[in-house]
Amino acid sequence: MFNPEIESMDRSALADLQLERLKATVKRCEEMVPFYRAKLREAGVSWKDMNSIADVARLPFTSKEDLRENYPFGLFTVPTRDIVRIHASSGTTGTPTVVGYTDRDIEVWSELVARALVSAMADSSDIVQVAYGYGLFTGGLGLHYGVEKLGATAIPISGGNTKRQIRMMVDLGTTVLCCTPSYALFMAEAAEEMEVDFKQLKLKSGVFGAEPWSDRMRDRIEHILNLSAFDIYGLSEVMGPGVSIECEHKEGLHIFEDAFLPEIIDPSTMEPLPVGEQGELVFTTINKEGMPLIRYRTRDVTSLIDEICPCGRTHVRMRRVRGRSDDMLIIRGVNVFPSQIETVLMQIEGISPHYQIIVERMAGLDMLEVQVEVSEEMFSDRIRGLEEWQEVIQAEIESYLGIGVLVNLMEPRSIARSEGKAVRVIDNREI
Amino acid sequence: MTVKQISVFLENKEGRLLDVTRHLGEAGVNIRALCVADTSDFGVLRLIVDDPEKAHEWLREQGFTVKETPVVAVEVDDRPGGLSAVLKPLVEQEMNIEYLYCFLEKAGDNAIVIIRVEEAEQAIGALKAAGFRSIPPEELYAM
Repeated sequence: MFNPEIESMDRSALADLQLERLKATVKRCEEMVPFYRAKLREAGVSWKDMNSIADVARLPFTSKEDLRENYPFGLFTVPTRDIVRIHASSGTTGTPTVVGYTDRDIEVWSELVARALVSAMADSSDIVQVAYGYGLFTGGLGLHYGVEKLGATAIPISGGNTKRQIRMMVDLGTTVLCCTPSYALFMAEAAEEMEVDFKQLKLKSGVFGAEPWSDRMRDRIEHILNLSAFDIYGLSEVMGPGVSIECEHKEGLHIFEDAFLPEIIDPSTMEPLPVGEQGELVFTTINKEGMPLIRYRTRDVTSLIDEICPCGRTHVRMRRVRGRSDDMLIIRGVNVFPSQIETVLMQIEGISPHYQIIVERMAGLDMLEVQVEVSEEMFSDRIRGLEEWQEVIQAEIESYLGIGVLVNLMEPRSIARSEGKAVRVIDNREI
Repeated sequence: MTVKQISVFLENKEGRLLDVTRHLGEAGVNIRALCVADTSDFGVLRLIVDDPEKAHEWLREQGFTVKETPVVAVEVDDRPGGLSAVLKPLVEQEMNIEYLYCFLEKAGDNAIVIIRVEEAEQAIGALKAAGFRSIPPEELYAM
């Protein structure tokens, strides 16, 4: 552990620390941010009412919408003179959202990422290739500062330029790779073309995140890239990467609870759910100055595990994110997460890991089409052989989801590749 | 000896057949026979070419899914009943004929058909026993 004192802290001492920080955070928001002051007054609650960490449930929620409405600096608790860095979301679906960090925030964040890297078996002797995008996106710089905090060697290559990525891995002896899981698979493919064998490389761990991925996809990545793959979670509004990460047991991601107070709520009733139940993940940041967030709705769907982990960390774990409450497709009344389809596909031996889901509305009925690239293992000169693959994939998905789907076989590389987050779903429905 | 057939997976979209044939032309590979099988969703192009190794490697490099299959090339008398005479010994040995198509050139006065069966070597033996000549690969590719 990078910070064993905090990471393996006794639960009751951790609760005391959390309560103290929760009070300070709510007080800060109440005093410095008009938006929060109004919301807290409306909810009839104040920082003085925080007597235990369960009292967090009395506080009002904050949503992405609130961040947009207060764009750009409305939720900052300090003047921009005290802000040392800005990150922003891509804003593909509207006004971008901006987050600001103080000097201390960067210090805290760097330590969290350093802890995450140690959890992913890295130490100060490692060479870490940071292939997340550098820039407004938190991935690149977030990991970078953590690598430096740990005292390891950072290769700030950013995303893209795949051939150079592989060249660097070979020439510099990269031991830890950080990128999105879909980009990791893309690199594996490119390496094959360049006749580079991952078994000959020094890679030992991969820190993969920024999009949901299944355990099956992990098996595949670990097999091809010959490394141990760790799921890292984070979101820019809350901090960036380093909100939670898996330890060597890979039974859920430890949330750094000294910095983030997690809750799971039912997204339809907004009521907190008991530990273990699946719902929407909500965070209150309790160790952040520039832009603290009270009960921020992440839209990510998961559940919490409060059993003791054999790794020695006492912080609560979240299960791997299944999807987003707003990415969830409702097909003929059935809730479908793209990750469920991925799970099915990855279970079928010989199938290509590249797929895309197309949703159409035909004559008032929603149709789900799953496009899968034909791999060499699948291909045969016999039409019947290909049709059998189509039938197998279709039957597997249908039995898993409980709804009918259409499976289409595609030529290799016909599904667009991504150097960042993969686009898995194309929803053509006009509602 | 069996002959190598190259199969290529094609999505049902405009211009894919053109793309394959264009790539083969660029590689200097000559197509000797072909057959396309399709469903409403996709197609499979099967080819006999003068240089199967080169065609396979080149198409693969261009990003196509390619497979090599052993098939039988056999001479058929160019007269009514010629083809059925060739198929008879195969059917008698309970070999399942997946598909067949014609070769473009003739061997003297005889036509040539390409036959795809699971047991290709066995089929060649059966045809030989029934008095039919299968064309060895070197001879066929050079035709």
